[in-house]
Amino acid sequence: MLYNGVIIRMVVPLLEVRNLQRFFPIRRGLLRRVVGQVRAVDDISFQINKGETLSLVGESGCGKTTTARCILRALKPTAGEVLFQTAAGDVVDTAGLPKAALAPFRHQMQMIFQDPFSSLNPRMTVFDIIAEPLLASGVRSRGQRRQRVERLLELVRLRPEFMQRYPHAFSGGQRQRIGIARALALNPSLIVADEPVSALDVSVQAQILNLMLELQDELGLTYLFVAHDLSVVKHISDRVAVMYVGKIVEIAETDRLFKAPKHPYTEALLSAVPKPDPRLRSERIVLQGEVADPAHPPGGCYFHPRCAHAIERCRTETPALEEVQPGHQVACHRARELTLKGVGARR
Amino acid sequence: MINAPLLSVNNLKTWFFTDEGTVKAVDGASFEVGAGKTVGIVGESGCGKSVTALSILRIVQEPGRIVGGEIQLRRADEAGCVDLAKLDSEGKEIRAIRGGEIALVFQEPMTSFSPHYTIGNQIVETIQLHQDVGKEEARNRTIELLRMVGIPRPERRIDEYPFELSGGLRQRVMIAMALSCNPKILIADEPTTALDVTTQAQILDLLREIQERTGMSVIIITHDMGVIAEMADDVIVMYLGRVVESGPVDEIFHQPKHPYTQALLRSIPSIFAEPRAKLPTIAGSIPHPHNRPVGCPFHPRCVERIAGVCDVHAPQLRPVNELQMASCFLYHEPEEAPPS
Repeated sequence: MLYNGVIIRMVVPLLEVRNLQRFFPIRRGLLRRVVGQVRAVDDISFQINKGETLSLVGESGCGKTTTARCILRALKPTAGEVLFQTAAGDVVDTAGLPKAALAPFRHQMQMIFQDPFSSLNPRMTVFDIIAEPLLASGVRSRGQRRQRVERLLELVRLRPEFMQRYPHAFSGGQRQRIGIARALALNPSLIVADEPVSALDVSVQAQILNLMLELQDELGLTYLFVAHDLSVVKHISDRVAVMYVGKIVEIAETDRLFKAPKHPYTEALLSAVPKPDPRLRSERIVLQGEVADPAHPPGGCYFHPRCAHAIERCRTETPALEEVQPGHQVACHRARELTLKGVGARR
Repeated sequence: MINAPLLSVNNLKTWFFTDEGTVKAVDGASFEVGAGKTVGIVGESGCGKSVTALSILRIVQEPGRIVGGEIQLRRADEAGCVDLAKLDSEGKEIRAIRGGEIALVFQEPMTSFSPHYTIGNQIVETIQLHQDVGKEEARNRTIELLRMVGIPRPERRIDEYPFELSGGLRQRVMIAMALSCNPKILIADEPTTALDVTTQAQILDLLREIQERTGMSVIIITHDMGVIAEMADDVIVMYLGRVVESGPVDEIFHQPKHPYTQALLRSIPSIFAEPRAKLPTIAGSIPHPHNRPVGCPFHPRCVERIAGVCDVHAPQLRPVNELQMASCFLYHEPEEAPPS
């Protein structure tokens, strides 16, 4: 924007999620009556700035994948807004738009899937796989598509000669590169990556993570990265949001969140990660009990039955996500008084 | 011999004879498991770590066969050893050892139970198969076992079906079943891979606690270096069917000798890393088992390969110091003439 003749570059979030909810009905009996709700995503809000990576982490069933699917409108949110800034500069609420009206924006958000084996059609060549979105968006000339696929393959560091081969000829890491090339075909601004490296061997994970970091720098991409592995998350994220039973319990810059967590669940999660050094064997915090059932969550703070710091208030009153420091939000009644242990740099 | 290992595997070879050719899933693996020790076998997909476990229990499926080597299990009673590799895989002797002296915990606790029977039924069956006890006593022992592995209200849970339990509880039941006959060796094949990290921490703690109480040996098989660092006393690193390095856990993590171990440790995403730090990588990917490289299986990806040596000769696992062994020509000369 122009202000007194000076161009001011405002930090506009590319994506802003406000009070997003997605419930799944539980049906029982002959008439399939709705007898309850699974609150898979329960009133979460966050934003992602242009060019940054936000990770959603949490254990299975915490709602991280459901959140990602709501943002892409693979699922219709029950309530809330998903405000996306389009390439033209407008802001649209993709949660509220009818399906047909979404079409012009779909190509600006793309997805990288977890399993590189089942996400590529084995009967299509690499060229057909990567060119399919081009065809769907109206690139009629085969020559143009070919050029674009060549360029995309180079971008993901695969040899363009490979484009006539079928997916079975590639290793897991190479397939994931093909999946990334497909996601990039239409010049998206937002990439949603759901566990993109968890199906890969550890020696290949590093290659894909590096590639994603490089592509982000080269193309100015914005990532929403969904993962359960905190080590992987640390390598890719600018900011991290921790989810527990459908809610965000903590969100902060990566370094802050790892070094000085403010929510007891984040602390326990960090502590539970097996550290690759036998000399650091265990002053682990081992959480008792199990993750709460999102169909019947406990009262108050959902984490209180497992929390070592819980007080009476935690049993009755649900904590709101509040800013304890600039950019660091926590949903815990005791966030300001507790001193929790994080994971620093290796000594 | 007081310090004789409980289990010693020598030059084990388990090959699969498929229509497309022979897959040498395990091709000359050697290691020992001491009494009361935890041995970690670590490697990426296709390295042969699971097939090694299946070979020990003699449950390798067709078209796989043990084609060479021995698996010596020290028996308490007869004060002798038995070579598991030589036993009839359906014979009486191995069936007594399987589930009796050596028990197995699988990765996926959902598919390892029968969905048609209650968990109690399945454990009672195991106990009665191996021990001469009545139904009532077997049931009481099952309740005790379930309590020992931390199942709340075991007297009620015993009559539940596997689908009624969460993943973490199922894995606990699986461990209870494995422990039901007081095994001397527990083989845990990726016991926590399907679990969330907080549940994983609970199960690893449980395994350690039970080991302290019973003094059994544990073989833990995983791709996760973190789990190895937490659990193992001794570590065996495998790559494409071969043991590339072995040694005590501290040496493996702090003075790794084999270039593969070194590269693997450098390339794993670490929770200690600086945010958005690029990782050193291992070039290329694991070869398809039908295209095994000649010579050292790691040489095409190795930064320290010696042309004319590593791509010709196959290195053998040999000591590099008092504690560690490695199969690498950086430490030894080739021993044999190249195959003509």
